Amino acid sequence: MADFPKVLSNRYALPQSWTLKTVEAHGAYSAARQAFTTMKPEQIAAEVKDANIRGRGGAGFPAGVKWSFLPKDSKVAPYLVINADEGEPGTFKDRTIMELDPHRLIEGCLIAMRAIGANVCYIYVRGELVTSIKRLEAAIEEARSRGYIGKQPFGVNHELKIYVHMGAGAYICGEETSLLNSLEGMRGEPRLKPPFPAVKGAFGAPTIVNNVETIASVPDIIRMGGKAWSDQSRLPRDGGTRLYGVSGHVKTPGVYEAPVGLTLRELIYDLGGGMLYAARPLKAVIPGGSSTPVLRPGDLVHAPDEKHPLHPWHGKSHIDVPMGVDTFRALGTMLGTCCAIVMDDSVNMVDVARNLMHFYSHESCGQCTPCREGTGWLHDVLRNLCEGRGSENDAAMLVEIANNMMGNTICAFADGTAMPMLGLLQKFREEFIEAGKRGAPKHTLGATVRGIGFTGGAA
Amino acid sequence: MTFTLSAESEKIVDELLTRYPTKRASCLPVLHLCQREQGWISPEVIDYVAKRLDLPTSEVQGIVTFYTMYHQEPVAPNVVWVCRTLSCDLRGGREVQKHLEERFGCHVGGTSKDGKFTLKTAECLAACGQAPMIQVNDEFYENLTLASLDRVIDELAAKTGVKSPSGTPQPGTPEARVRAKTLMGLGEG
Ligand SMILES: Cc1cc2nc3c(=O)[nH]c(=O)nc-3n(C[C@H](O)[C@H](O)[C@H](O)COP(=O)(O)O)c2cc1C
Ligand code: FES
Repeated sequence: MADFPKVLSNRYALPQSWTLKTVEAHGAYSAARQAFTTMKPEQIAAEVKDANIRGRGGAGFPAGVKWSFLPKDSKVAPYLVINADEGEPGTFKDRTIMELDPHRLIEGCLIAMRAIGANVCYIYVRGELVTSIKRLEAAIEEARSRGYIGKQPFGVNHELKIYVHMGAGAYICGEETSLLNSLEGMRGEPRLKPPFPAVKGAFGAPTIVNNVETIASVPDIIRMGGKAWSDQSRLPRDGGTRLYGVSGHVKTPGVYEAPVGLTLRELIYDLGGGMLYAARPLKAVIPGGSSTPVLRPGDLVHAPDEKHPLHPWHGKSHIDVPMGVDTFRALGTMLGTCCAIVMDDSVNMVDVARNLMHFYSHESCGQCTPCREGTGWLHDVLRNLCEGRGSENDAAMLVEIANNMMGNTICAFADGTAMPMLGLLQKFREEFIEAGKRGAPKHTLGATVRGIGFTGGAA
Repeated sequence: MTFTLSAESEKIVDELLTRYPTKRASCLPVLHLCQREQGWISPEVIDYVAKRLDLPTSEVQGIVTFYTMYHQEPVAPNVVWVCRTLSCDLRGGREVQKHLEERFGCHVGGTSKDGKFTLKTAECLAACGQAPMIQVNDEFYENLTLASLDRVIDELAAKTGVKSPSGTPQPGTPEARVRAKTLMGLGEG
């Protein structure tokens, strides 16, 4: 297996890696000390900009640029809010940071607060992640007892407070404005943008919302310098290393750190250990959480024009294109959370769609009609298809429902539902037509597992 | 009957109120505290929270119904959440659910015959690489096989001594109270 240098995850394997005692012998808080005692806030922000770090929460927005959107003339201090609501199906990377190295996130928060001039940071953690919450709270307590959090961190007059806020079970609260409403003690319904959170966010004040992994990368950016951190990547304008997840039909599912620009082939066959069963080849992969449209290994990049962003991979399989925010957008999908769901050829795609649309219909907040009705309707049609009550026209109907959701709602949830639905329909249309004629083979997903895990004999 | 929090938890609420610029921002954590003491969110809990945070009861009600972690009915001492989302389904989530339904003699949403377990399905719990998985109370149980699943349930059943004669759920177990203390930012973690 390829051995990539570990940066963000270099302390994961230490005994009791979540305690200060362990991690301080391995550099914890040295970057924060450096930032507070030797750098001006603008210098910190400049390093983060040079690092070309694209947000790790799914949208891939450059963090350094986001920080620069804070109004310069604001009378109130901005808030830093950490998005630890990890709920996108297939995504399980932020949890590893919070459970295995919470001090790295806390250190990142300290440095980010210094850079943007915040005094208070809320870490909004998904309520189900109790171990993460406990370890973060213990880490905050440890950092406070050392004075890293408090009135004069590292001897500098910049008061810092960090609180964990426990969510209560709602995927939509990962959407940043919904998260802010939930933080304020309201139903987690997204807000209209603009105003963007950087201008008017938590409690009406300017607010930066960043993902756990984004902020946990900041200490390394300061330690290495923005440019050197960025250059670890294989791609331009998309810097660093990041956490890749791989789940589904691979031999060694898990979270692995590697440079930005790894290919899906490397993720599946190298880090992921290859397909679970030798006799069942790869059929499809959802590249970065369930909202990102599916890819097929048999599809080849068609970009003969030298100016096309994918030209360097012209003629190659989609799974040989480096995983980056821009490359995957050019491929017609999204990098999302960079956690791939791998499916072998025993899987029926109508059943996959049914599983996912069940999720979206359950999780729609119900505020916008196209989303509330659309998600439920998609799920109904798919359930009928799976249970042999569908028709040949259903595929066309699914396309129409999905198209009516796109772009017609307050937040990106509906797009994140419609895009993967349309992707499945476009790439596996025959399976939907076939299901309309005959009914999808029942429970294909469950069927694939007989014999694995349950009898203990993993391939 | 009115609901009251333990003196210890009241202190936690006081501390929570200092964390946010508004009172209502404490609503989610205070509801969590109440649920950890009583096992579910009864109408009396809603009244208590509304009064404590100066909110209309309808607002608190609206919050309780929005979030899946708040139980709007009494539940058994152990709540078992089976992840049903794609990565788990690809590796046997459905088998786990079926097995538990058979073992408990109830469907999803119901409580086992012995009153010790309430069975629910969850959406992706951020453990996709360790599929299939379940969450029971605060713990995750991952990489399950049917044998390890049975072992987990056996152990929990043995630990859950309190069983009401009628088999009805028993909210607010002593263990739940202990958990509440360590969670909300003041305990040892
Ligand atoms: C429906 C929906 C769910 C989301 N869930 C999450 C989430 O669980 N975690 C996360 O960090 N970002 C999530 N996001 C993205 C956030 O809105 C936001 O872009 C992100 O937290 C910004 O942080 P970043 O720039 O560091 O990535 C979600 C977005 C949408 C539309
Ligand atoms: S799909 Fe079950 S934990 Fe993610």
